Amino acid sequence: MDFIQANLPYILAGISVGGQYALIAIGYTMVYGILRLINFAHGDVFMAAGLIMVYASTVLPLYLAIPLVIIVTVLIGFTIERVAYKPLRNAPRMSIMISAIGVSYLIQNLALYITGGLSKQYPSIPWISDSVTIFGATTKMVTVITPVLTMVLIVALVLLIKHTKIGMAMRAVSRDFETSQLMGVKINSVISATFIIGSFLAAVGSLLYFSNYTGVTPTAGSMPGLKAFVAAVFGGIGSIPGAVIGAFIIGICENIIKGLGWTTFSDAFTFALLIIILMTKPTGLFGEKATDKV
Amino acid sequence: MTKLNDKKNSIIALALVAGMFVLLLVLEAVVPHTSIVFTVLKKGAIYSLVAVSMNLLNGFTGLFSLGQAGFMLIGAYTYAIFTIPVADRLSVYQYYDGGLIQFALPSIIALLLAGIMAAIFAFLIGLPVLRLKSDYLAIATLGFAEIIRAIFQWDKLGVITNGSNVLRKYTCYNSTLFYFAVAGICIAIIVLLINSSYGRAFKAIRDNEIAAEAMGISLFKHKQMAFVISSFFAGIGGALLAMFQYTIQASQFKTALTYELLLIVVIGGIGSITGSCLGSFLFIACSEWWLRFLDVEGAIPLLRPGFRKVVFSIIIMVIVLFYSQGIMGTREFSVSGMINFFKTGGPIGWIKRKRAAKSKKAEVTVNE
Amino acid sequence: MKMRRVLSLVLAVLMLAALMAGCSGSSNKNVIKIGVFEPASGDNGAGGKQETLGIQYANQETPTVTIGGKEYTVELSIVDNESSNDKAATAASQLVSNGCCVVLGSYGSGVSIAASPTFEQAGIPAIGVTCTNPQVTEGNDHYFRICFLDPFQGTVLANFASAELGATKAYCLAKLGDDYSVGLCNYFIEAFEGLGGEVVYETFPEGNSDFASYVANAANAGAEVFFAPVSTEAAALIIDQVAAQGLDMPMLAGDTWDSNVILNAANGKAVDIYVTTFYQEGGDPDFDAGVKEWINADATAKTNNGGDDTIAAVTAMGYDAYYVALEAIKAADSAEPAKIMEALWNVNYEGVSGPITFGEHGNANRDTAFVKHANTETGAWEFIAQQGVN
Repeated sequence: MDFIQANLPYILAGISVGGQYALIAIGYTMVYGILRLINFAHGDVFMAAGLIMVYASTVLPLYLAIPLVIIVTVLIGFTIERVAYKPLRNAPRMSIMISAIGVSYLIQNLALYITGGLSKQYPSIPWISDSVTIFGATTKMVTVITPVLTMVLIVALVLLIKHTKIGMAMRAVSRDFETSQLMGVKINSVISATFIIGSFLAAVGSLLYFSNYTGVTPTAGSMPGLKAFVAAVFGGIGSIPGAVIGAFIIGICENIIKGLGWTTFSDAFTFALLIIILMTKPTGLFGEKATDKV
Repeated sequence: MTKLNDKKNSIIALALVAGMFVLLLVLEAVVPHTSIVFTVLKKGAIYSLVAVSMNLLNGFTGLFSLGQAGFMLIGAYTYAIFTIPVADRLSVYQYYDGGLIQFALPSIIALLLAGIMAAIFAFLIGLPVLRLKSDYLAIATLGFAEIIRAIFQWDKLGVITNGSNVLRKYTCYNSTLFYFAVAGICIAIIVLLINSSYGRAFKAIRDNEIAAEAMGISLFKHKQMAFVISSFFAGIGGALLAMFQYTIQASQFKTALTYELLLIVVIGGIGSITGSCLGSFLFIACSEWWLRFLDVEGAIPLLRPGFRKVVFSIIIMVIVLFYSQGIMGTREFSVSGMINFFKTGGPIGWIKRKRAAKSKKAEVTVNE
Repeated sequence: MKMRRVLSLVLAVLMLAALMAGCSGSSNKNVIKIGVFEPASGDNGAGGKQETLGIQYANQETPTVTIGGKEYTVELSIVDNESSNDKAATAASQLVSNGCCVVLGSYGSGVSIAASPTFEQAGIPAIGVTCTNPQVTEGNDHYFRICFLDPFQGTVLANFASAELGATKAYCLAKLGDDYSVGLCNYFIEAFEGLGGEVVYETFPEGNSDFASYVANAANAGAEVFFAPVSTEAAALIIDQVAAQGLDMPMLAGDTWDSNVILNAANGKAVDIYVTTFYQEGGDPDFDAGVKEWINADATAKTNNGGDDTIAAVTAMGYDAYYVALEAIKAADSAEPAKIMEALWNVNYEGVSGPITFGEHGNANRDTAFVKHANTETGAWEFIAQQGVN
């Protein structure tokens, strides 16, 4: 019992942060599956969602602020794709990736300008910000909710991809971009839908993440974003279950590393894991099985 | 271009180089040495070198690598660690009883060593990483850069690296001329390399790997070579940066630095050496100097700290979206090119030709 | 072939730059510039802004200084060093290039250490306001400081932890690559182990916002006090996590935590926070009232102070630093940086945070620190004790 009580906090923290990474990672993996683009700006969209919540909650009650945050984040994701990626669709892949880096740079600098460079305190959402005790380990409610909510959203997403028309179009596009275009799939709306889903999940992820770690800074999105991307590669980029499992593994490992006292290497470990997987199995854990490849 | 013209042009170019250094000397004598001009020039020269080294990889060999910050870190640390005077070690390595290394090397040797250390690390990292393709290579090199940073911050290695604390009191040069000389020599070597048969092999790999291999170019060997050479110069650039800043710390060599360099390469034109140099000076001058007025809080409502960076990133986005070729594209700046440019009507003539080309292209598409 | 193109291009850029340099104007005769080298963004942005407020308040209170019988307007030249050591060098050269004759700052020791050689090269004296790491002034003549030092502060904190809180085991948390927190932890550990205590020391990397595991480590180590002298940005996250996990141990920190950011983060939570600092509100009622009035009248100032009118110790220190600079300018009777540097050694000024004179290495002779406790119900600091080392 003592053992559990001592070690449960790390596992809990790992699972919750893993769930939050998973929600971000899906955005990366879906976009990569369709456009073959590492959307470096995705982590910053996640941060922007946090910042919008900070400002929205000062003027609106929470039940209005939360939907507003989600809508605005989705709009941001949609706009980024239309403005920064769509014009470059026929350009070399490197230019579109550089455009993504440029967007990331722009969002961070805008956030810096708006916040004046200071960390903003995230509003505490009733119930999910409360403390709760599990097996003698005290933590925030959000830690417990995150994995559950993540799983629910992912099941819904998988169903959407398997059983709806737009889902079928997504699968087709990710399998073969040109052929599906010839078959009459409206590429642009499929890509927009991908960005909308990715941004929606990032917004939900940001609600959970920042309720747990309550400071929003202009660079708050870059590390979680990078780690979520690593999770997506780890699980096999393009695969949704792969991204989710990768995210949980990374979240848990990272916290165990911290618990062992190797705090200097908590970030480096994630990248070491990435390199090992790229060396041994370049397509990731689930890369080859093209089951739910989006 | 005939042989004779070539010779004439080289003489002009040499005269220009000599003129540049004379101008620098005059500048150093006339303008007070505290002026921001020198900060911009020094940093611009350093960034030029690193951007050109990155361009060698990304632009000329087609290897999308994002590890430049890590190699700069190695260079900067190697240089700093080996040139701190023995007498000052106790105060720099205050938490590690003066550290393990109790000697100091002459700065030129340390500078070379900085490049060599970076190259050795690059060689080792290249062995596994260079088998990967495009995005995977990018993300793996980025990961290695982060791992290098963590290792240099590890307190168990503190007797050598001073843990995560600053290194300072190493040998620094204050003369702008010095930075230009070192960066100039390094860039010249890279240019010579690009124009050699190795350089042609690099470009062949960039344009088509399979075709290059069929022509008998050893892919791995040449990739490894480009990677190691690029890292060598990134290491030298890191050492120069250390000198320029007087103090150095691992925490500054983040991915953001690599992104910055990548943007410079893109702004200048991927595959253009002169473009990278021009891009560096413009980038540094804009971010450190010309746009500073945007940060001054005053009568105009939008202006307050941070606005400079917003404007700056919008400019970058515009370049990336509408001038994806960058300033120079894959062309190089040349005297005869410049003369030609003005002979054919200067900027106005250029715009006219651009328009003509565009409408011609449009016609072709219509016809299709 | 291409080499000459490269070099000729470099030349073109150079000429352009030279042209620009020629255009930059000369300075006004009756203006004297004091540089403010503070972070306005990044980790230490909040603290830097509060320190700048003190300087600005002092400047609007006394905007002129008399040199050689002639009245000079004091102009503040403010740059943002972005709390980052690599930006510090260029920010410092910006100040140098602006023609400042003396520089105040910075909040955060790392940026001060990084910028120090730039000021030294230019021969400009700098007055550290709240940079407490010994390395800032050690081995140079141009950097002064008006606050106490970390070896002193670390000892005070260790004594307090051991004697007042009765702790025998402490958990120390610092940020990787941050001279302030790493240094202060180091001195705390030295002193605390000297008192027979035991220490667990950990660091977190930059950009980390997940402190759950660190708090769990502290609990598992069986520590009795949580010592985390980190930036306010990280502190807010740590406090939040400590409250969430119900960690039952007092938290202890240095001067950075004396900020309304901490008060806001701790408000209404079950946490027990002690800090050591330079100034306690009420120490000089006139100053307190003046600052509050000024902050409440100016919306920007209020935002920069974190949205309320709590007086941070760093504001008082910034205020004192400005007057110390003026004293030195008056004593030197010149706007020459070299003369001001000489005059600084003999400055004797009665500041709101106590008397200020400079001793060895240009460090202020200070031997007391204030210990404060955060009241999580009223959201204010409570005065606990005034502590010296002996």
